[in-house]
Amino acid sequence: MAYYQEEIERMPREKMAALQSERLIKQVRHAYENAAPYRRKMQEKGVEPGDIKGIEDIHKLPFTTKEDLRDEYPYGYLAVPLSNAVRIQSTSGTTGRRVVAFYTQHDIELWDDGCARAIVAAGGSKEDVVHVSYGYGLFTGGPGLNGGSHKVGSLTLPMSSGNTERQIQFMIDLESTILCCTPSYAAFLAETINDAGLIDKIKLKAGIFGAEAWSEEMRRDIEKNLRIKAYDIYGLTEITGPGVSFECSEQTGLHVNEDHFYPEIISPDTGEVLPEGGKGELVFTALTKEAFPLLRYRTRDVCVLTRKACSCGRTLIKMAKLMGRTDDMLIIRGVNVFPSQIETVLLSQGYTANYVIILDRVHHTDSFEVQVEMTSETFSDEVKFIEKKERELLSALRAMLGISPKVTLVAPRTIARSEGKAVRIIDKRKI
Amino acid sequence: MIQEQVSVFVENKPGALSEITTSLAEAGIDLKAFTVADKSEFGVLRFLSDNPAKALALLKSNGWVASITPVVAVKMTDKPGSLAKVLKLFADNGKQVEYLYAFVAHEEGRAYVILRVDDPESAEKLLAASGIL
Repeated sequence: MAYYQEEIERMPREKMAALQSERLIKQVRHAYENAAPYRRKMQEKGVEPGDIKGIEDIHKLPFTTKEDLRDEYPYGYLAVPLSNAVRIQSTSGTTGRRVVAFYTQHDIELWDDGCARAIVAAGGSKEDVVHVSYGYGLFTGGPGLNGGSHKVGSLTLPMSSGNTERQIQFMIDLESTILCCTPSYAAFLAETINDAGLIDKIKLKAGIFGAEAWSEEMRRDIEKNLRIKAYDIYGLTEITGPGVSFECSEQTGLHVNEDHFYPEIISPDTGEVLPEGGKGELVFTALTKEAFPLLRYRTRDVCVLTRKACSCGRTLIKMAKLMGRTDDMLIIRGVNVFPSQIETVLLSQGYTANYVIILDRVHHTDSFEVQVEMTSETFSDEVKFIEKKERELLSALRAMLGISPKVTLVAPRTIARSEGKAVRIIDKRKI
Repeated sequence: MIQEQVSVFVENKPGALSEITTSLAEAGIDLKAFTVADKSEFGVLRFLSDNPAKALALLKSNGWVASITPVVAVKMTDKPGSLAKVLKLFADNGKQVEYLYAFVAHEEGRAYVILRVDDPESAEKLLAASGIL
């Protein structure tokens, strides 16, 4: 069994707790002294850095939410002089809802380490060719796995997303052995490769797939069709990016890099910390990041944590595959979509806030349809006027969401109403 | 003559047209002419009736999206070239026809063409001046 940082990954529980305590004490003081919003929120709650004497005191700290980060866009939560920051990444680009995260060189290193642990856990070494088909740019997927692969010493193919034909050509010609992308893109690649009769030319042995929720059934399909082992990876830009947690050979959950990212499960209603095994909202504290030190960030992801011994030998705490969300956020083709964004666009374009979102997975890709009510403002006896309004709506939705839905115009009476307003989400994807 | 045409948004699904025409029939509204513009996912039903205001109110109260548009109805002589004559007149005078449809009035046994143009009143003046109306 190989590890990237064995001492950390197999650290005895007590030693890990001591490390976390030491780091938390330091991090809370850093956040309090250098990021005004943390200081203000701690003062409001009546907590001082001195009250945090160890990891067991973490529950005394206030939570941080996505709204908090957005409200302070862009520099509010930055805790180092801008000249010390070397990188910016951003959440999946949705106008008005953007969060930018800053990194010092030290922060990049620890992020890359997290991804390197994931690659080694998936069987990667310096002998491998790591094929990164996550998007590069503001999205953290590409840069994260790219950095991890460099740390491991693998040959890194920075493919980025799209151009499937070229992806497959490189995969064959350069003998890629580890594929990193979203699970839906992996499934699509598998199908395309098999349809073209090229599977025997593919040398892949493993895949590291994240940025969207996927089922065990999908894992089995991908593993069978690409003849690989498929591993899950988790992370959020706010925390750092991919590599916050990763799967090992046991494939029964994701080991959290808890030396850097301390996880808690809370009741989303009361904010109370739940005992081990309790199902609730996942909360993360970044213990070591300098530029963007995150304290008790509410991910809105629903999950369970366990310290049961793992056959891979790692002692890092494990989180289950994600079990849902506490808010109405949808993840469509890897992009975060809030129904409220769709509502904003519809109202600005003369439609009503009555609409239905229909999601399905067709050929391993999310299909995304929005049924929109026709209104007197958007109606005309002339079809070309209706179509012009429809095109304007489509481009406004694309600008807001970053992805294009299929828009279907329906008569007002067809969307069921409850108390005058009907927002329905029909998710037929089997996740 | 200028007529008030009612237009209704109709989804492409079984029973939609039937539902509209049934409710009009039950209210005693007599359809005189109609046409449906159909796209793959929706259609626009346009019709002339004996009581457009009542038809509009009825449709709206039943939750349909509908509107009233003035259109020009031109009585046709039963001779080759009579439609061509009207269209040429409009074309020569820079009047664009968005769409048109025809119907036969029972009582007279005469054919009418309904034309949707930008400014129906000026279209009508044009027709009158050329002696077509």
